[in-house]
Amino acid sequence: MMRPTLLSVEALTMRFGGLTAVDAVSFDVREGEITALIGPNGAGKTTVFNCITGFYKPTAGRITLSQPTGMTMDLAGQPGHLITQNARVARTFQNIRLFSGMTVLENLLVAQHNAVMPNVARGLLAVFGLGDYRSLEATALDKAKHWLSEVGLLARADEPAGSLPYGQQRRLEIARAMCTDPRLLCLDEPAAGLNPRESDELAGLLRKIRDGGCSVLLIEHDMGVVMRISDHVVVLEYGKKISDGDPAHVRNDPKVIAAYLGEDDPEEIAAATQATEAGMPA
Amino acid sequence: MKAALRDAGLSALVALGLFGTMVGLRTDVGAESKLTINPQPVTVAIIVALVFLGRLGMVLWSQNKAKAAPVAKKPSRMPALGRYVAPVLLLIAATLPLYSSRYIIDTGVVVLTYVMLGWGLNIVVGLAGLLDLGYVAFYAVGAYSYALFAQTFGWGFWTCLPLAGILAAFWGMLLGFPVLRLRGDYLAIVTLAFGEIIRVVLLNWTTLTGGPNGISGIPRPTLFGLTFPAGAPEGSFAHFFGLEPSITYRVAYLYYVIFGLALLTNWVSMRLRRLPLGRAWEALREDEIACRALGINVTVTKLTAFAIGAAFGGFAGAFFATRQAFISPESFTFIESAIVLAVVVLGGLGSQLGVALAAIVMIGGGELFRDFNEYRMLIFGVALVVVMVVRPRGLVSGRTPSVTLGEGVKISADMVSQGHG
Amino acid sequence: MAYALQQLINGITLGMIYGLIAVGYTMVYGIIGMINFAHGDVFMIGAFLSLISFTILGIAGITYVPLALFLTLLFAAAISALYGWAIERIAYRPLRGSFRLAPLISAIGMSIALQNFAQVAQGARDKNMIELIPGGFDIFQQDGFVVQLTWMQIVITVVTLVLLGGFTWLVTKTSLGRAMRACEQDMKMTALLGIDVNRTISLTFVIGASLAAVAGMLFLLYYGSINFYIGFNAGVKAFTAAVLGGVGSLPGAVIGGLAIGLIEAFWSGYASVEYKDVAAFSVLIIVLIFMPTGLLGRADVEKV
Repeated sequence: MMRPTLLSVEALTMRFGGLTAVDAVSFDVREGEITALIGPNGAGKTTVFNCITGFYKPTAGRITLSQPTGMTMDLAGQPGHLITQNARVARTFQNIRLFSGMTVLENLLVAQHNAVMPNVARGLLAVFGLGDYRSLEATALDKAKHWLSEVGLLARADEPAGSLPYGQQRRLEIARAMCTDPRLLCLDEPAAGLNPRESDELAGLLRKIRDGGCSVLLIEHDMGVVMRISDHVVVLEYGKKISDGDPAHVRNDPKVIAAYLGEDDPEEIAAATQATEAGMPA
Repeated sequence: MKAALRDAGLSALVALGLFGTMVGLRTDVGAESKLTINPQPVTVAIIVALVFLGRLGMVLWSQNKAKAAPVAKKPSRMPALGRYVAPVLLLIAATLPLYSSRYIIDTGVVVLTYVMLGWGLNIVVGLAGLLDLGYVAFYAVGAYSYALFAQTFGWGFWTCLPLAGILAAFWGMLLGFPVLRLRGDYLAIVTLAFGEIIRVVLLNWTTLTGGPNGISGIPRPTLFGLTFPAGAPEGSFAHFFGLEPSITYRVAYLYYVIFGLALLTNWVSMRLRRLPLGRAWEALREDEIACRALGINVTVTKLTAFAIGAAFGGFAGAFFATRQAFISPESFTFIESAIVLAVVVLGGLGSQLGVALAAIVMIGGGELFRDFNEYRMLIFGVALVVVMVVRPRGLVSGRTPSVTLGEGVKISADMVSQGHG
Repeated sequence: MAYALQQLINGITLGMIYGLIAVGYTMVYGIIGMINFAHGDVFMIGAFLSLISFTILGIAGITYVPLALFLTLLFAAAISALYGWAIERIAYRPLRGSFRLAPLISAIGMSIALQNFAQVAQGARDKNMIELIPGGFDIFQQDGFVVQLTWMQIVITVVTLVLLGGFTWLVTKTSLGRAMRACEQDMKMTALLGIDVNRTISLTFVIGASLAAVAGMLFLLYYGSINFYIGFNAGVKAFTAAVLGGVGSLPGAVIGGLAIGLIEAFWSGYASVEYKDVAAFSVLIIVLIFMPTGLLGRADVEKV
């Protein structure tokens, strides 16, 4: 029994001038699952991310998100901040984008900006002490503290984000994204540069996030992490989808192996595919 | 030593090329209104000698510094003293008119005007990281709107003050809206262009603004209806309190008006900094893309920065108009924008105290050199270069976080971004 | 029609001068990413140096115009190059790699310093010079309006085109040009490849300053009158031209310069002289709203 679909990507295409980065890619992200988007470098994974999160306007295709009310929301071409605010899709970046000159705590509070300051009028009234901003700020502070302890950074709340070691910066970025109360968390290579112990902690954190009700979509090169925690894997190569299924299926898919290891003889791939389908080892 | 001499010699040679030509060969209108050359060998010789000696000194001093064994820096005692600077300054500023001469109070008025302008621009450049080179436009809008309201409707200063701010804020949004997508230096040149456009319009739209003749006879502010004229007639401040008529009362009153306005600007800025809006501005300065990914409407955030900064510029402009009782486009040139920007950058990192100190140093310093009128701006320009080279991040050493769980720590300047526009 | 043609000629001539200055702006911005606010004032210094040179030559009795032009060009370009070099060493190099606002303020300070330096050194009054290259010829006539093309205008166009041609050759075909373009792309990598980045940057400033100096000389000859303030006005217009064409793009600087020159000429001719600057700036703003990187600028795709 499959879980309901949360995000549906249909025939997504992204062209930059003469270069087609993403070519008619379709896949689903299901609720309550960790979906991994993998593929060799240059496959177009970050481009897909940027389309989903509103940083690129897709050349063609549809991206639909289903809301708890049953309505769907079309994400393609919407500005990034609305996708975070209304669709509740949050993301992290390949090259960490923290506010390095601000403290860890301030980073998390900025993430809750819309919750604490729903509109400019309320924001300006707050200058004169009017409005309920005080209670909103208190709530925000509590949520920040909650996520800080989830990622183990509570003790460093007042330190500048830029002074944190790399692994902790990655965790901070995830905590910051979670402070926007997302239903879908998109992570761009969260395990990059982490040592095995840190990768383990990351895996645990992501499982916790999934179990807490937020679905996860991640781009990752670390196959250990991917295979260990993903419920669903989508593989891209040269902008096209070449495989889609659970980790076991994808791991044995000859097309995927060929893509990563460079096997390029179509006959060998066809033979191997036949063999796999017949139940024999490739 | 030989290397130092060679370095200094090279510098002297360059100086000879630079100054021997421009300074040494002075063109003057001579007989028959034709251009002749007026050689200035002595001046050139002095300059070249100074360059030689100066460079020699610099090179020797840096050589010495390198040779000396590095000593562990004793933790500076400045931070402890730093806490007292703001309250002391505040005290001095609050009581200045009580014991100073008219000249000092006047200087104080000028300094406070630039402090207020600095705090206003600080919101745009220091907090939000938007490079605005046309701040003088809002200054002008405030000044001219008060002058015109006073001239046309006969309204007083206190009535027009909020209107000036609102109009300036409106212009701020109008000017800000088309430029929001622009990054960094493109934003700079467009804001500079706006400033120039407004100046040219003010200069040429004579029917509205009086053109180069400006607007005169702008009324002075009153204190609950009491006026501050030269004598002590009925309805004047001196008459009401039974005091000897003196111009100083008006000057002191003006001083306290700008003092109050500046304090208002400061209070609002500091409040905003601790509130979500201020945090969003600083986050915007750090990384705009991350802000978008967190759901922050970057357009609205930038516009509010422009508008609020502009409003304070407008207030300052209205004050300027009432203080001088006369305004003309000459007071609203690009140089003013540059000076205010320099004050903000010299202050450093969006710090309120830094901006205040920078204004005091720059404007106060400028006043000291008033006697050297010809050389004043030259020294100003050179000083600007020197200060930036020596302290590129400004006077303040670090950024204080706006909210902390426990004991806050100042964030060092290297980590704080200056914004990409 | 004839009137329009005259404005066209005037506009192109003016545009050439702006283009020469704009190239300096765009080169420096391309290579170290900063607006050299003092560049317009180097143009002004170039004009003053040309004035000095012409005056000396006149006193020395050298009146053969092409020779005077040539010597003045060399003199003004050389000393202005020295100014450009010195400005970079003193005000910009110490701040390189530093945060972006400090070099900008330093540049503004340098601009103020140069303006007042010229004022103090040479006097605040306008300096006038006799017309060195007078005359021209009537090329077209219609309804009593005579379209004139002066020798000076031809000289400006020819000199500018020759210089720009030479400069394009320099940037595309020589190793210095390659080094400059490499620095524009990735300074760290260029340095790692053994190229002397400091020298390349200095040379960029030097070349830009020389071009600005030639523009100054041409300006002096064309208008016959200079003062210490012309740098600011021309500088802002030239930078507008560079931005309009797309900073970092050489042909963009020239096209931008021509555009600004033409806008100014036509606006003065058909609308009002007082608002010609407003027209040029307004065009800049409108272009940037729809094309944020200028006409020929590289789209700055930020990697997310």
